[in-house]
Amino acid sequence: MKSESKVRASLPEGLTEETLRDMYYRMILTRLCDDRAFALNRQGKIPFAATCQGHEAVQVGAAFALKRGTDWVVPYYRDTALALSYGVTPREQLMCLFARRGDIFSSGRQFPNHYSVPDRRIASISSIIAAHVTHGVGMALAFAMRKEPIVTLITFGEGSTSEGEWHEALNFAGVHKVPAVFLCENNEFAISVPQKLQMAVANVADRAAGYGLPGVICDGTDPVATYLVVHEAVERARKGEGPTLIEAKCYRAMSHTSDDNQATYRTAQEIEALKARDPIPRFEGWLKARGLIDDETIASLRKRAQAEVDEATDWAEQQPSPTEEDLFTHVYAAGPLS
Amino acid sequence: MAVKTVLEGVRDAIHDEMKRDPRVFIMGEDVGPRGNVFLITKGFLDEFGRDRVIDTPLAEASIVGVAIGAAMAGMRPIAEIQFADFIYPAYNQIVGEAAKIRYRSAGGNTCPLVIRTPYGGGVRGALSHSVSVEALFYHVPGLKICVPSTPADAQGMLTSAIRDEDPVLFLEHKRTYRLIKGEVPDGDFTVPIGEADVARPGKDLSVITYGLMRHFALEAAEKVAAEGIDAEIIDLRSVRPMDRTAILQSVGKTHRALILHEDNKFGGIGAEVAAIIAEEALFELDAPIRRVCGPNVPAMGYAKEYEEAFMPNPERIAAAMRDLAAF
Repeated sequence: MKSESKVRASLPEGLTEETLRDMYYRMILTRLCDDRAFALNRQGKIPFAATCQGHEAVQVGAAFALKRGTDWVVPYYRDTALALSYGVTPREQLMCLFARRGDIFSSGRQFPNHYSVPDRRIASISSIIAAHVTHGVGMALAFAMRKEPIVTLITFGEGSTSEGEWHEALNFAGVHKVPAVFLCENNEFAISVPQKLQMAVANVADRAAGYGLPGVICDGTDPVATYLVVHEAVERARKGEGPTLIEAKCYRAMSHTSDDNQATYRTAQEIEALKARDPIPRFEGWLKARGLIDDETIASLRKRAQAEVDEATDWAEQQPSPTEEDLFTHVYAAGPLS
Repeated sequence: MAVKTVLEGVRDAIHDEMKRDPRVFIMGEDVGPRGNVFLITKGFLDEFGRDRVIDTPLAEASIVGVAIGAAMAGMRPIAEIQFADFIYPAYNQIVGEAAKIRYRSAGGNTCPLVIRTPYGGGVRGALSHSVSVEALFYHVPGLKICVPSTPADAQGMLTSAIRDEDPVLFLEHKRTYRLIKGEVPDGDFTVPIGEADVARPGKDLSVITYGLMRHFALEAAEKVAAEGIDAEIIDLRSVRPMDRTAILQSVGKTHRALILHEDNKFGGIGAEVAAIIAEEALFELDAPIRRVCGPNVPAMGYAKEYEEAFMPNPERIAAAMRDLAAF
């Protein structure tokens, strides 16, 4: 993000004023959903929440760089903003938080944010770190085999890049030049373990050289910067020029999940300093500097997002929970075989 | 009917399904120009091309993981693990991922995938080319596990597995590949997954087995038949789902159960078979359940003596049959 005194007159390629305002809206909608999840957890209404705060910009930028309805996303459990920017509604989000029977991701089976929305091209994931990265490669392989112009975006944190399966996935993708984009949301911590204890290289992007891929770094607290980098990689993949590893440097504003306490491994000063990196006020400032948004619009967008989240919360809370019979569905196509 | 080996049955199933369905493809180590280490895919590369006969990097977790992704994207992959002993790096992908994709997404995503691998001893395969892995997987709901041992079952069940909507671990006993020949139906046919086969009807005792041991049990049954013992041989053919009805019907008829497998005894498939009989047919029994299995040591060694001591053979099986019949 450039300093506000040097504002470019033209908009970034591919982004209209309306799109930029929508990106902003997705960021605040996500923040409010995230706040709501933790509030519900503190109220004892939901057992668990995983935060997206600090990741909104990278995820919104990436989602808007894809061709919606065409490209597939294989996300990870911190990708609330990505999901809410790729067709998932606040009601659907709240249903998974409450583990309701009608939760379309898993019918209340999985932890929150484990999306599975085939009709919006979001693939199912587990909580096993990096296990989904090879799946994204396999999906991309399938699209290439069928000569379909579809790209697969695979996301993960920097901790994932320690897993052997992550390396196997990038190696396979590099050898077979599959149409995939690997997006690392580097938030500097894997629960409590800092990046320097995950890898001896300075950047996740440096790992790309080992697999014959370009490795690109972007500011993951800047949605436009992320959009531009991801968009370029996506179109490169679509043209058959192979995969790219992108490292979006962001941060995690809160503890890992509702069951973690970051005060045990970060100092109060460190935690306080993170506030200056919040992508939402930064993007607000960027939009304002270009005359794309004003205080009145911001207030009305926030009001709208709050109303959406409130309505979704009240609605989802009233929905039925799974029953004992639901335990036995979807084991096999033919039912729960012995 | 044509006479084939088990290996030819496996090859024909893969070949015919690849011809029939463009979604089917095979990926693994050395499946390309080498045509697989047992020559199962010999000629496939020329016939189907590089896109559908994929030599992968030497990394089992990604062989299965990439195949899972392709299955989720609408393909029908056959992922080959060169030897069952090499499957452990892919355990997470099979157990943690493939088996749970339908369940965890409430049917939103599915994983119609076949993981094929040769297993078992009798070929001097030593510690890392001879293991049986079925018991490490059969605990897991969401997986199907086939253990065919005749050419017709191998071809018919593999065809079923490729057409199945769920992940199937397809275990091929490598000793049977060229040893076992048999008649195979012509044209398109399938053998259902989950139905046992009565390999030999009998009235005095039931042998519940699978894999290479089906053939050893038949040999043993002929030996004891001359002594007036009429053994029934039940070949499970798949260990998950397991054909409880066939087990219980047979035990209900013979009142004596001998469970036979090459895999280690402790916690093996036989433990579940014994539990099924104990829970549902205890009072049908005229004798305690017997198990003849591989011993509880890590694996069979390279030396001939280790392999022979590890694997059940027709003599040991016949001796157990005599003991059980005399009880």
